[in-house]
Amino acid sequence: MTLTSAPPATKSALRWAISDVLTIARRNLLALVRIPTFLVFAVIQPVMFVLLFRYVFGGVIQVPGVDYVNFLIPGILVQTTIFGAVGTAIGLAEDLQHGLIERFRALPMARIALLGGRTVADLTRNVGVVIIISLVGLAVGFRPTGTLVSYLQACLLMLVFAYCLSWGFAFVGLAAPNSEAAQAMTFPIIFPLTFASSVFVPVDRMPGWLQSFAVHQPVSEAADAVRGLMLGVPHGDSTWITLAWSIGAILVLAPLATRQYRKVA
Amino acid sequence: MSDFAVEALDIVRVFKGGEVRALDGVTLQVARGEVFGLLGPNGSGKTTMVRILSTILAPTSGVALVNGIDVVKNPQAVRRSIGLAGQNATVDENLTGFENLRMIGLLNHLDKSFVVTQSRALLEQFGLSEAANRTVKTYSGGMRRRLDLGAALVANPPLLFLDEPTTGLDPQSRQDLWAIIEGLVEQGVTVLLTTQYLEEADRLCKQMVVLDHGKIIAEGTSEELKTRLGSTVLSVTFNNTEDARRGAELISVVSTKPANVEGTVVDLTVEHGPSQAADALRRLDGAGIILAGLTLREPSLDDVFLHLTGHKTEDADPASSDAPAKRRDRKARA
Repeated sequence: MTLTSAPPATKSALRWAISDVLTIARRNLLALVRIPTFLVFAVIQPVMFVLLFRYVFGGVIQVPGVDYVNFLIPGILVQTTIFGAVGTAIGLAEDLQHGLIERFRALPMARIALLGGRTVADLTRNVGVVIIISLVGLAVGFRPTGTLVSYLQACLLMLVFAYCLSWGFAFVGLAAPNSEAAQAMTFPIIFPLTFASSVFVPVDRMPGWLQSFAVHQPVSEAADAVRGLMLGVPHGDSTWITLAWSIGAILVLAPLATRQYRKVA
Repeated sequence: MSDFAVEALDIVRVFKGGEVRALDGVTLQVARGEVFGLLGPNGSGKTTMVRILSTILAPTSGVALVNGIDVVKNPQAVRRSIGLAGQNATVDENLTGFENLRMIGLLNHLDKSFVVTQSRALLEQFGLSEAANRTVKTYSGGMRRRLDLGAALVANPPLLFLDEPTTGLDPQSRQDLWAIIEGLVEQGVTVLLTTQYLEEADRLCKQMVVLDHGKIIAEGTSEELKTRLGSTVLSVTFNNTEDARRGAELISVVSTKPANVEGTVVDLTVEHGPSQAADALRRLDGAGIILAGLTLREPSLDDVFLHLTGHKTEDADPASSDAPAKRRDRKARA
């Protein structure tokens, strides 16, 4: 080793930012495949949900006009992609707890890379989870009656929606004092959003006060849109409403998370 | 270019809206090619100083130039010219040694093929070739620190910041790390290191400053500091605290420095160890006090502190503790 400085590669600032995001994303994905509990959280848990609602509760849930398994699988896909954001919160809280961020901040890397890399890694994981749950769904009797194109559109829509929401969970992870607290803080947000929605059951049988929340909240819109696209049935404006929620969410949540990152790291 | 790798002028950093003055007017200069020591107990401001110089934290006031570049005005340029390793700048446990170095190299915006060659070379140099493809989780403490140091060196920076590089290491690993640091200095690297160990500063550092409550309370070479301190510490253990109290009074007259009583142990800094020890013994014997133990030892940083500040290292205000990455109340730093 000598004191001659290392050769820098020349790229524009934007290309460096993308390169940094991918470097961090790669790091997070490597951790994901190496830590068994992450895999359990990401894959086994949603499979359990499929089996639970398909075979345990499914027998007593009646949804007019549709086989329950066809109602269920699109909903579980939406729920699972949103649950993935819990990992975003925990991962960032862990990064803060360990000293790695301290080192990153003394490097000439793009500031956005840590958050961008984390959310892109979680998005990539969601792509894998969507494929796995789709296959598991087919195995337990899910028969999407829409076209392949609209199925892919549905997948894309929920990935975009979950990605935009994940910035909110990035904020939670950065605001939490440690990873255990981060996990605890996500549940009061994620439970009402996913369970008081049209993910598992139609909202019209819920009591009135809950229904008014359930009908209008974004996860119901996303579940309706994804279900409508996958089954090839009319679903009103729910696709557009979901996209609007997504854009609104990222416009508000990304700056919040970025500001929190500057504050704590 | 300036002769100094680091020039800091009147650096102040306050936390919690001014309640805690972690740094209170620190001025220092680090000459190129030498090892400079920043000594002090926990909470003295050492880590805060390193964080400011490595652009992680902005100073509340004051100017710092690193390799001639202002850390506030042009942090990106500073980052390209430094390496940071130590207690708070760790490696990723879930990656292998090679993956860690590769990641840091890429985030340093270096050429990809250079990063691979350099990572392999550093792993070889630090005796980590065998472990290169194992996750860091499986590494020993010493291996982690060497990898940590390797990560700081991927970009061949001319200036290294090492924050308590050997804290928590066993003696052998500490020796290994010291040898590595000395090797780097031979190649012309400038090193600024923080430490709580006088022995470490003694072995490595040419110049040093001692920080306490964010202020420099002493500076100079290790020899100069020791001369100021007195060369030896006479440590007397009594059978009970009452004896210790009486004994401290009796023996404190043999030295110009005050005696420090802690439980049944009395420490006294003495310039001429053996003769003053004999003097102290005669006095204790004359008063009929039976001793449980007596040693003469080299001064530790604790002794330096006691001498310079009048308080023990652990008396430092915990509110100004500067080990942020391990702290749970991160929000307090906002």
